[in-house]
Amino acid sequence: MSDAQRTIELEIDGRKTQVPEGATLLQACQALSIDVPTFCWAANLTPVNVCRICVVELEGARTLVPACSRKAEAGMVVKTESERVKLSRKLVLELLGSSVDMSLAPEFRSLATKYDAHPERFGPRAPRAPSGERESAHAGHHHVDDGAHAANVAQPMKVDNDLFVRDYEKCMLCYKCVEACGTDAQNTFAIAIAGRGFDARIATELETPLPDSACVFCGNCVGVCPTGALMFKAESDLRDTGAWDESKQKVTDTICPYCGVGCQLSMRVQDNKIVRVTSPADHSVTAGHLCIKGRFGWSFVEGGKPK
Amino acid sequence: MDLQHLTEAPSDAERSAIDALLGPAEAGEHGPTPSVARARRTFLLPALLALQNRVGWISRGGLGYVCRRLGVPPAEAWGVATFYALLALGERPAAFAHVCDDIACAARGAEELCGALEQRFGPCASSAHRAEPHAQRTSSSAAWARSPCLGLCDQAPAALVTVAGTTPVEQAFGGATLARVESALEGRRVAAASFALESMGPRRLLARATAKEAVTLDGYRKLGGYRALERAFELGPEGVRKEVGASKLVGRGGAAFPTGRKWDAVARHVGKQRHVVCNADESEPGTFKDRVLLEQDPFAVIESMTIAGFATGATRGWIYLRGEYPLAAERLSNAIASARAAGWLGARIAGRDVAFDIELRRGAGAYICGEETALLASIEGFRGEPRTKPPFPVDVGLFGQPTVINNVETLVAVLDVVRDGASSYASVGTPGSPGTKLFCLSGRVARPGVYEVPFGTPLSALIERAGGVPGGKPITGVLLVVVAGSFVSPKQLDLPLSFEGARAAGTTLGSGVVFVMDDSIELLPLLRRIAAFFRDESCGQCVPCRVGTVRQEELLARLARGAARGGLETEQHLLAELGQAMRDASICGLGQTASSAIESAFVQLDPLGGKRS
Repeated sequence: MSDAQRTIELEIDGRKTQVPEGATLLQACQALSIDVPTFCWAANLTPVNVCRICVVELEGARTLVPACSRKAEAGMVVKTESERVKLSRKLVLELLGSSVDMSLAPEFRSLATKYDAHPERFGPRAPRAPSGERESAHAGHHHVDDGAHAANVAQPMKVDNDLFVRDYEKCMLCYKCVEACGTDAQNTFAIAIAGRGFDARIATELETPLPDSACVFCGNCVGVCPTGALMFKAESDLRDTGAWDESKQKVTDTICPYCGVGCQLSMRVQDNKIVRVTSPADHSVTAGHLCIKGRFGWSFVEGGKPK
Repeated sequence: MDLQHLTEAPSDAERSAIDALLGPAEAGEHGPTPSVARARRTFLLPALLALQNRVGWISRGGLGYVCRRLGVPPAEAWGVATFYALLALGERPAAFAHVCDDIACAARGAEELCGALEQRFGPCASSAHRAEPHAQRTSSSAAWARSPCLGLCDQAPAALVTVAGTTPVEQAFGGATLARVESALEGRRVAAASFALESMGPRRLLARATAKEAVTLDGYRKLGGYRALERAFELGPEGVRKEVGASKLVGRGGAAFPTGRKWDAVARHVGKQRHVVCNADESEPGTFKDRVLLEQDPFAVIESMTIAGFATGATRGWIYLRGEYPLAAERLSNAIASARAAGWLGARIAGRDVAFDIELRRGAGAYICGEETALLASIEGFRGEPRTKPPFPVDVGLFGQPTVINNVETLVAVLDVVRDGASSYASVGTPGSPGTKLFCLSGRVARPGVYEVPFGTPLSALIERAGGVPGGKPITGVLLVVVAGSFVSPKQLDLPLSFEGARAAGTTLGSGVVFVMDDSIELLPLLRRIAAFFRDESCGQCVPCRVGTVRQEELLARLARGAARGGLETEQHLLAELGQAMRDASICGLGQTASSAIESAFVQLDPLGGKRS
C-alpha cells in the first residue's frame, strides 16, 4: 500500500480493520481471514454479484449486500454470519441445488452442510428437457406447471467440437464465461446471456453451434467455469466412462513453448494423456487466460495429429 | 475489436427499415469504424423494433445487418433481442394480437376472450416452438399471445394489436372482443372505450388531462402551459431546486424518494454531461395513471423535464416509454416535434442561453426496464438487467454520467410546485404527504379509471367515489400495490391514503394501484397470476429472484390443487423463508418484493378459503 493511498476503517464481525480505499468487503474479509463463500466471483474477472452467496449484513442497510462488489466505506459495521446472512445463503444453496447440477462445484456440498441447505425441500426434480426446448422459450411466457416437480435446467449436453463440451444442466449462470469471452480477457464476444428469467441461458447468436459461431476456442470460458458445465472433451469422455480418477493424475507446471509470451501452464495428466490445461489466475503473464494453442494444442505430445 | 459478423444479407424491406433509422450505410465494405459503430449501440433496441414493425419478426439476415451497422457482436444482439417479449425471433404473421390476461382483465372476461381467439387463430403463439414456422401450425393470417398487464385496466379486457408493414399500425384498446381484435388485426382503427378521469379535491395533476385539449401546443398554452418554465427561469436553477425540496415532493413511481434530493445530487456534478430521464415504463399490473397523463397531457412531461434539465444542468433528456403504449408514443413524438419547432426544446430555449432536448425511446415488453438501472441499460443497448447500487444513477447513470430519473406523475407534479410555490402545493394533503396523488381504480368497481386524490383521503371514500362494487356487493379485499404490495382486508378500508398512513398500516402507496375485489374474484388464482408475472418478468440475473420466483409459483400451484407438500404449515414456512431470502439477497426491487403481495394475502385474507390440506 503506497503512502498516498488512503485507508478506510470499518468493523467486521466485531473486529476493527483498515483497508485501502477502493477495497471490497470481500477483500476486507479475506485480509481478516474471515471466510466468505463465492461462486460467481473470481480474482481475474470483474465482479458481477449475481449468485448472492457472498451476501453479508451491513448495519443500516435495508437489504443484505454482496461482499464481492460492495466497496468498503469508513465506519461500516458488517456481520458475515448473522441469522439473516445464514438464511439467505441457505436459500441460495437450495435454489441452486434444486435447479442446477452442482455436483462438480467444489465446496457446494460442504457449504450445503454448513448452512443446513436441503434442496430437496422443493420437491423431486423435473425430468430433463428435450434438446432445444430451453432455447425455444419466449421471454415473458412459460408453461405453468402443477408444482409437483422442481423446475430445473436439466438438458442434453452440447457436444459440437473436439475440444470442449457444454453441459448446461450444470450451468448456474455465474456470467464468468461471458466475461472471459468478452472484455475481461478474450474480446471475442462469441457468447452472451440470452433469454430472460428462469429461461436465461448462455448462448451464441441464434444458438449456432460453436464451430460456426465467433468462438476462437481459446478455452478461457472453460478455465473460469466453476461448476464443470464447460469441460475439456478429454475430461468429459473419461468422466462419461467412469475412468476419471484424480488419484492417478499428476499436475505439471511448465511454460508454453509456442510463442515468446511466456504463459505458465499447469498440465493435468492421467494415464499419460493431457486431460486439462490451466494457468494460475494470479500469474503475471496470463491472469489465468490462454490461447487455443496453449490450452488445447497438445495432441502431438501424445503422438497424434494436431486437430 | 475484430468481430465476426453474420454474413447473410437482409431483405430489401429489412434494409430500408434500418437505413430509415440509422441513415444510409457507410461506403466501403468494412462499414463504420469500430469506435463510430460502438457509439451507436444505443440504437440497438430501436433497430430491433424497426425490424419488428416492418416485417413482424427478427430474421437472421435482419439481425446480422443491425449488428454490422452498429458494431454489436451478434451473440450480444441475440441476448438483447431474446430479452424482450414484444420481439419475435421466429417468423410469424404480420398481424399479431397481445391479449392481456392479467389480474384486472381476468376479472373482466379475459379468459373468455382468449378462448375465442384460440378457436379463431389457434393456440397462444408463444407456447409453440420458436423455430417452427408459423405456417406449419396454422394457416390463419394472424396470430395472438397472452400478455401481462397492458395498462388499460380501466377499460378491461384489453388488447394490443400490431400490424407490421411500411406503415405499421399499432393499437392498444380496451373493451376488447373477438370482433374488435379481428378488426384491428385487419388494420382498421378501433374506437377507444370509455373510462373515468376525476379529481376528488382540487384538480391539479389532471387539470389539463381532463380538458382533453392539451395534446396540441396551442391547447397546452391556453391551459397555462409553459408558465412553470417561465417561473423557473425567474427562480434560477438553485431557486427551483429549493422550491422542489421544500415541497417535500417524493417520487410517484413507487419508491417515494425525495425529488429535491435527486436534483441536488445531479446538480453538484458541474462540468459533466448530465441527463434527465423520464421513466414512462409504467408496467406494474393495475397501473395506468402515467399512460393517461402521457396521452392527454404530453407537453406537461416535456415542460417538466426541461425544468429538471435547467435546475440540474442537464442538457439531454430521454423518455423511456413502455412498448405497449402506442397512443402515448404518437402524442409524445408529436409534442416533442412541435415543442422543438416552437423553440421550447433545442439549443436556445425561449431565446435564452438554456439548451435542452429530448429523445423518445420505446421499450419492447419487459417490466424490469421500469427499474431505473435496468432502464438505463436498455437505453444503452444492453439487456435490461439492473445494476448494483451504489453507485446511484445521480452519480453514475446513463452512459456512466450523472442522471436524474423521475416518474411521469412526479414530473407533472413538479409543474404545480414550481409555478405556484411549495407552500401553495401543500395547501392540500397532509403535513407528511403534501399535495395530491393519482390512483388507478380497477377490478370490481362501477367506474374504473384514474382518480386524483388529496393525500389523507380514506381508501373507502375513494372506492365510493368510483361507484363502489357494482350491484352493491360487499368488498372482500383490496389489492393496494402489486409490487411491494399488500392486501387490505374489508376491515381496514378506512386506511388514510398518505405515505405515513400506509406506513402505519404496514404497507406502501406504491404506484397507486387500487384493485377492488368482491366474491366473484377468487384469491388463489389471482395470487398465482401475480406469481407467474414475477417469474416471467425476472431478468434472470440473480439466483434468489430467478429461481425463487419459480419456486414460489410452484408452491402456489400445489396449494391450488390441495397438494401441500409436508402439510400446509411446512409450505407456509417455505414461502416465508423464500420471501425473506428474495427480500434480503436479490439485486433489485423486483426480487426484493416478489413475494410481498402473496405473503400479505396469507396474513390479511384467507386465500385457501378455510380449506386446509
